Amino acid sequence: MSSSGVEVPTRSGVPPVAAELSKSRRRRRRVRSVGRDLWWLILPGAAVYLYVVVVPTFQGMQGAFTDWSFATVGAPNFTGLENFTRIFNTDAGPAVLRTLQLALVVVILQNVIGLALALLFNGRVFGRNVLRTIVFAPMVVSALVVGYLFKYIFGPPGVGGVNQVLAALGLETVDFLGNPTTAMIIIIVTVLWQSIGGNMVIYLAGLQGVPAELEEAAALDGAGYWKRFWFVVRPLLAPAITINLMLGLIGGLKIFDQIFALTNGGPGNQTQTIATLIYSYFSQYADYGRSAALALLLAIGIAILSIIQFSVLRRQERNS
Amino acid sequence: MKTTGLWSRFGANVTAYGTTLIFLIPVYILINLSIRPADDLTPPVIPSSRPTFDNFITAWTTSPLPGSILTSLIVTSISCLVVLVIGTMAAYPLARSTSRLSTGTFYFFMIGLLLPFQLALIPLYIQMRELGLLGTVWALIIVYSGVQLPFTVFLLTTFLRASIPLDYEEAAQIDGCSPLMAFWHVVVPLLRPAIGTCVILNSVGVWNDFFTPLIYLSGSGQVTIPMAIFQFVGQYTTNWPLIFASLLISMVPVLTLYLLFQRYVIQGFAGGLKG
Repeated sequence: MSSSGVEVPTRSGVPPVAAELSKSRRRRRRVRSVGRDLWWLILPGAAVYLYVVVVPTFQGMQGAFTDWSFATVGAPNFTGLENFTRIFNTDAGPAVLRTLQLALVVVILQNVIGLALALLFNGRVFGRNVLRTIVFAPMVVSALVVGYLFKYIFGPPGVGGVNQVLAALGLETVDFLGNPTTAMIIIIVTVLWQSIGGNMVIYLAGLQGVPAELEEAAALDGAGYWKRFWFVVRPLLAPAITINLMLGLIGGLKIFDQIFALTNGGPGNQTQTIATLIYSYFSQYADYGRSAALALLLAIGIAILSIIQFSVLRRQERNS
Repeated sequence: MKTTGLWSRFGANVTAYGTTLIFLIPVYILINLSIRPADDLTPPVIPSSRPTFDNFITAWTTSPLPGSILTSLIVTSISCLVVLVIGTMAAYPLARSTSRLSTGTFYFFMIGLLLPFQLALIPLYIQMRELGLLGTVWALIIVYSGVQLPFTVFLLTTFLRASIPLDYEEAAQIDGCSPLMAFWHVVVPLLRPAIGTCVILNSVGVWNDFFTPLIYLSGSGQVTIPMAIFQFVGQYTTNWPLIFASLLISMVPVLTLYLLFQRYVIQGFAGGLKG
């Protein structure tokens, strides 16, 4: 990004240029004040944001350290870290770990498959716009609806679609959602089917920024497909990778609808994640304190992971 | 990336169509099952031998779907309009003012992108109960207006900074526009592409959201589309053809919108996030 070879007008150079420069700078400063004159335009947005997001979030954080419940009359009592110790002594400990695993697996697969699809649909494929439209379509459908669709497809023997096919072929049937391990895999498949189109589209947008000449030059220099991908395309995709990883991880930690529809946390609480447990503490037990404590853990997790990811990825973007 | 040679092009086409077909299998099963009678127990990959539209009629007449479409429409349109108006207003000074306070306010809004809604859930629930809004669409509209705001502000602010040069407002002001008029007559029309992206992404998000209505509407007679599906599935757990017919009905509005605006949806989705 060096500017060598470009003539830069300097102040010590021709006086009229300098005068023109400082004039435009002055004018710029005057117009910049547009934003300050109209600062009050922020007020309605700021008010709604404070009322709906900021204040309740702080109240929720406070609530995490109290015995707040449906039955609480007046102010709830401060109980320190009791909610958190209770969380880790019950089924929530494994759920926290499970949430991290789920988010990690989802984000890796989303990016690997999403990028592969983007490369595929960026190539010379007949009618590729139609294909992109199809792959992206699940993105706009409700996650709950997608959850129910896959709940039937991977339903128990005698009911589920895949099992009916297996039975018809004389193969052994599998109770996909009745087994914790396969149930988690089905949750991942469902989430991926719905979300991968979005990752693909962001990568496609990134690929649009890769100049064809660069690739051609590399090809002329004898670089094969993988070399061209790794040394030419990948560095230019860095911003798309950052966005996909950030959004994927935050989204992955919050997955709720699909699990709610597919397993509702079962069998035996073995597919519960932080998001589903927050809801069940809230709705089943009306244990607001514990629900809020878990939500606080989710928030802290998201914050830490985002900061790490952001700084690592930023450094990589700068290096490439 | 360029693939050269006839064989690699052929291979790319085969892979692309194969992948798309895999993506379509669940859709095929959805449609195939919805048009078969409940007592037809052949595997779902075999086309229905006695196709019928009865499931759709039953689903439409016995599910809460018809009413829920109206509720979803009201909630989505009002909250998206509110978010857009207050979001555009906020984005303008945030993008144009270079003061430290303004930059700080922008980042303050951006924190909202990270905060999980679950943390604000219970305090807002109690707040809505005290206001007597629990179980009404207003609770949802208020919640969405706040929750969708950070993303809208982010998108509009970055778009303004990157794509609308100050010169336009400058020219308008030299021509005698007040700052407010310059904003309304010059900046807002130029923001149209970003506003379109916000409308699409916000409305798809609100339309499909299940968690918020599950909390704020449960127990009341009013339901949004995902809630209607949830209740209907709970009622007919085993009648999958009927359930699938109702799933299909619920998908029609959003899929129609998507197919009409698909180019903008995809562009907006990618471009909006690129900033």
